[in-house]
Amino acid sequence: MAHASSLTRARRRSAWIFLAPMLVILVAVAGWPLLRTFYFGFTDANLSDLSSYSFIGTENFYAVYDGEAFGLLTDPEWWQAVWNTLFFSVISVSLETALGMVVALVLNQNFRGRGLVRAAVLIPWAIPTIVSARMWNWMLHDQFGIINDMLMKLGILSAPIAWTASPDWAMSAVILVDVWKTTPFMALLILAALQMLPGDCYEAARVDGIHPVRVFFKVTLPLIKPAVMVAVIFRALDALRVFDVIYVLTPNNPQTTTMSVYARQQLVDFQEVGYGSAASTLLFVVIAFCIMAYIMIGRVRLDEGGH
Amino acid sequence: MTLIQKLLAGAGVAGAVFVMAGPAQAAKLAISCGAVGQELTLCKEGVEAWSKKTGNEVDVISTPNSSTERLAVYQQMLASGSSDVDIFQIDVIWPGILGNHFIDLNDYMADEAKKHFKPIIENNTVDGRLVAMPWFTDAGVLYYRKDLLDKYGEKVPETWDEMTKTAQKIEEAERKDGNSKMWGYVFQGRAYEGLTCNAVEWVASFGGGTIVEPNGDISINNDKAKQAIATAAGWIGTISPDGVLGYDEEGARGVFQSGNSVFMRNWPYAWSLANSADSPVKGKVGVAPLPRGGDDGQSAAALGGWQLSVSKYSKNPELAADLVKYLTSYDEQKRRAIKGSYNPTVADLYKDKDVLDANPFFGDLYETFTHAVPRPSTATGTNYNKVSSDFWQAVHATLSGTQTADQALPALEHKLKRTKRSGW
Repeated sequence: MAHASSLTRARRRSAWIFLAPMLVILVAVAGWPLLRTFYFGFTDANLSDLSSYSFIGTENFYAVYDGEAFGLLTDPEWWQAVWNTLFFSVISVSLETALGMVVALVLNQNFRGRGLVRAAVLIPWAIPTIVSARMWNWMLHDQFGIINDMLMKLGILSAPIAWTASPDWAMSAVILVDVWKTTPFMALLILAALQMLPGDCYEAARVDGIHPVRVFFKVTLPLIKPAVMVAVIFRALDALRVFDVIYVLTPNNPQTTTMSVYARQQLVDFQEVGYGSAASTLLFVVIAFCIMAYIMIGRVRLDEGGH
Repeated sequence: MTLIQKLLAGAGVAGAVFVMAGPAQAAKLAISCGAVGQELTLCKEGVEAWSKKTGNEVDVISTPNSSTERLAVYQQMLASGSSDVDIFQIDVIWPGILGNHFIDLNDYMADEAKKHFKPIIENNTVDGRLVAMPWFTDAGVLYYRKDLLDKYGEKVPETWDEMTKTAQKIEEAERKDGNSKMWGYVFQGRAYEGLTCNAVEWVASFGGGTIVEPNGDISINNDKAKQAIATAAGWIGTISPDGVLGYDEEGARGVFQSGNSVFMRNWPYAWSLANSADSPVKGKVGVAPLPRGGDDGQSAAALGGWQLSVSKYSKNPELAADLVKYLTSYDEQKRRAIKGSYNPTVADLYKDKDVLDANPFFGDLYETFTHAVPRPSTATGTNYNKVSSDFWQAVHATLSGTQTADQALPALEHKLKRTKRSGW
């Protein structure tokens, strides 16, 4: 590369000067807590007295006492939580992407009252998760819930199902509520991509008499794919650290405990700040690994916008 | 304390706690009390009476119903040294976990403490410091529908087997009669501290010990405990709805009080609510000791109950102690017993005619209340939460059928040994 002109250098310098306050704040509010959590992961800190703790190396992760292995990496509950998190993320994000696509395609058509429908579709996304999870908790209640009542009146069920309590249904219930809540978000992102599509491809396709389904798979999908891939990253990041919907709907249920729920339980319920921080650190590593794998396999370009 | 800790505490308090009172003012107290049943109303009335008497203003703050969640909120507030709450309502198992954060109430009410049940005062004394004053005691009891037992000519069950048979019979007959929502037995089956209480009762009633014995030995992996938990697992889907796996105290009461269950295990507070003016089962409810495990078993009730503690970080500890003294006094406990059937901790109140008129079973069940089985919180110290959590997980897995008691209890013993390592 040739030497940059003095004007370019001056511009770069001022760019850094303008960025500096933001970087300082980012380090203070994001970097510092993160590093502190990493550090706590190697100590035996306890919530009942946070002023004194000692460095214990990797004992929170793996240690052997009397020939028996202890630590996070040997804890079957932790691995169950990792598996639950991955299962939840893959299923719910896939469903949300597919349903979001359908909703977006419908909202992309011209019809009367489109603005109103677009706003209405966003409502589940606008309600705070705690509130919607509580609401679903009542609707899914085995004795008083409206879902059981409706399904029984329709003759689909003969006896009410304890959706959030039974081990067979708890995960399905959580995924159902998450899909209900987050499909609008995916629909919105996909709709934004659809709105930017050039009209001439479609005119050409129509002139050539190509079937709309074929147009969708050969024209629309490839064109919006980069935007969808980025939308999926946003959702996957959220899904991998899911906490509130599970904590409210199915508290303490091993079938739905995710990594975040596990870390919180160690940190708060058992006061093990050191061990909980170790879990949070591993949670960070697992998420980073998943997202990096996704970006590499999916060849997602994050620095070029949606194209 | 760092600024970050303060900010975190502030966020925790603001996020988890619901402030129920008027505008902020200097030099006033804040008390956090529970909201199960009529707790919050009674707490507010008691506090208001003291306010009027002394001219001080008090905020009443309500906390989550689940004791597991409430402890989490308290721990965050206390660990950060927050002075936002002066008086905490704490569970009978928490003096060991939270005691460091509270003042010694012996300095203010040593004489009053002598009138309360001695075991509870001992429970609340940590290293010679009285960290909490007993407010009300609790023990699990069996609620039953008098009208239904009479209708089918059954008597109050004395063993779990009898209860199962009676419940099954009445449930089937009532459903044939068209009451399709009828169930036999509801209890607290959600994976939380309440399930530990229920399961401790089952295990103790079969003579299976108390999970961890007072000397620290892990005793839960025994045949009687297995039998007890397997018996309970047999109820799910037969006499108890599957949803019981998600019920807490209020969840169970909801089903029983709407007339949809023959039996219920709950704490005494449910009595006055079941008999309130708008209750569908008003006047049809009886209370008995929980059933025995078998002919050689015994009736066992889990010891519960709540205490009041004054935070070390309070700006007005003397004033706060005075409010605690008022709330735990003879007269105030009497009012709470009559209005809300909360069990007093002052022994004399069990001979008080007004109290017995309102709660006829208090006299009959006096033995149950004074000989309740404690959870192993003293033996396991600060590890109690983990022990209890591992225990309720194992029981919940057995109840929901993902494991048998034969598989769950050896695994639980192994886990407890890991937690214990060299000592509690």
